[in-house]
Amino acid sequence: MADKKIKLTKRDRFNVMWHSQFLQGSWNYERMQNGGYAYSMIPALRKLYPDKKDLSAALQRHLVFFNTHPYLASPVLGVTLALEEDKANGAPVTDDAIQGVKVGMMGPLAGVGDPVFWYTVRPIVGALGASMAISGNIMGPILFFVIWNIIRIAFLWYTQEFGYSAGSAITNDMSGGMLQKVTRGASMMGMFVLGALIERWVNIKFTPIVSQTPIQKGGYIEWDKLPSGAKGIQEALTQWNMGNGKALSSTKVTTLQDNLDSLIPGLAGLLLTFFCMWLLKKKVSPIWIIIGIFVIGVLFHVWGIL
Amino acid sequence: MNAIQMILVVGVAFLAGMEGILDEWQFHQPLVACTLIGLVTGHLDLGVILGGQLQMIALGWANIGAAVAPDAALASVASAIILVEGGQGTAGIGTATGIAIPLAVAGLFLTMIVRTISTAIVHIMDAQAKKGNWRMINVWQWIAVCLQGLRIAIPAALLLAIPASTVRGWLAMMPQWLSAGMTIGGGMVVAVGYAMVINMMASKEVWPFFAIGFALAAIKDLTLIALGAIGLSMALMYLALEAKGGNGSGSNNSGDAGTGDPLGDIIDDY
Repeated sequence: MADKKIKLTKRDRFNVMWHSQFLQGSWNYERMQNGGYAYSMIPALRKLYPDKKDLSAALQRHLVFFNTHPYLASPVLGVTLALEEDKANGAPVTDDAIQGVKVGMMGPLAGVGDPVFWYTVRPIVGALGASMAISGNIMGPILFFVIWNIIRIAFLWYTQEFGYSAGSAITNDMSGGMLQKVTRGASMMGMFVLGALIERWVNIKFTPIVSQTPIQKGGYIEWDKLPSGAKGIQEALTQWNMGNGKALSSTKVTTLQDNLDSLIPGLAGLLLTFFCMWLLKKKVSPIWIIIGIFVIGVLFHVWGIL
Repeated sequence: MNAIQMILVVGVAFLAGMEGILDEWQFHQPLVACTLIGLVTGHLDLGVILGGQLQMIALGWANIGAAVAPDAALASVASAIILVEGGQGTAGIGTATGIAIPLAVAGLFLTMIVRTISTAIVHIMDAQAKKGNWRMINVWQWIAVCLQGLRIAIPAALLLAIPASTVRGWLAMMPQWLSAGMTIGGGMVVAVGYAMVINMMASKEVWPFFAIGFALAAIKDLTLIALGAIGLSMALMYLALEAKGGNGSGSNNSGDAGTGDPLGDIIDDY
């Protein structure tokens, strides 16, 4: 059977990549992504093993436990494709060798995928889209969808190709310096953006009034002395000067929030985030924290604090 | 809502359910799911705004190993349907956001049920593999994916079966202080997602990046894209400088002085 060389074409490898998008489809508590992995390999295995007995053995070989980040499975698939191709062409590749490569790569790769994709790219692209969407801009969801999927498909394809051409040699590269650098860089950028997001998007406004001081005459707009009609509006706007000119009323109202903002804008959101981190570290379920925050939001609103 | 719209909504829900587990195209993310439901029901603007709100809350939710993240798919689909049926317009968004949270929890249990069923499915795959029957493995993989789709499509269909007038009645019963309070809660709850992400990523090395990001964000002229560019540049600079320091064969950074290299000059400034 191994007389003539069987080669996987670009088209076969593309099919594998396409299938790998369903990697988590049969995610289960027993062997996690095993069904998806076998499913992803099928387009290649069918071609490599025309003999039914070989195909059966190959399918069973890939139905063993597997779990990693869904996108980082692509380089593993690439390497496995190269190994299976060698095996089908008669090279002495043992089942253990294939299994060893898969297990050896899945752990370190999962550790790269989570910080890079779930904690850096998705929060950034998601926040970009969401901040546009909140004001009703349809470009928000479109940008999110397009940018994310371009990044994702390019990643799936090129890392799978990289794994395929490098073969098992990349196991060392992967767990070594290069990937660690990417992960660390992603964490740095991720933390930077998180800091920015907390400042911008955790909304807490304390409403209690701290002080009400009368403003000296001339410091505020004297509404009864303005000319009537459109002229008056124009005059008022000129005096107000986008908030930089005269005040709108004769007393200056300072809320607790104004005081906090002049100190550190976004401080309350930051403290709330730190408090949540502390609770999470104390193993409080995020769901209880979320429910708790809603309860506090309602109670504090009723009491007039927020 | 007419029959075609209902079918389309259930279709969107099915896609969201599939993606909730596959995590590839992101149809389950609120930004996409709510927008699509808004689109097919003719309330595109409502869907987009709700999607944006929920996306902010769900930014840190991720399927990682054993960690339990709330289910964004059911939350976004169901709250979008309620928002559209409620007919309160943008005023209903705060309430819809509040309703989304318990739904996200309910979705979790549905996921667990389907994942347990999948355990049985892979055993069928084992049997088919023994026979070398690759077609049936494909089929069972699709069945498993479809079950995940039904996980959201069925609750969505049930929700659609409730007449819009009933949904409106429930929402009208909700007092103003409760919905206003929920809107405030929705503004704060974002912090939980961020806290989850920070707990995963934080190390001594990266905290300064967090501090700089927080400080710079107060400058409202900087867009998110600008902030992203600054963050990326700083991370690249940090790694480049670090590598350079390492290449100096153990000598400290002052060894790079006077090379005319811009990176060297930056090191000198430190």
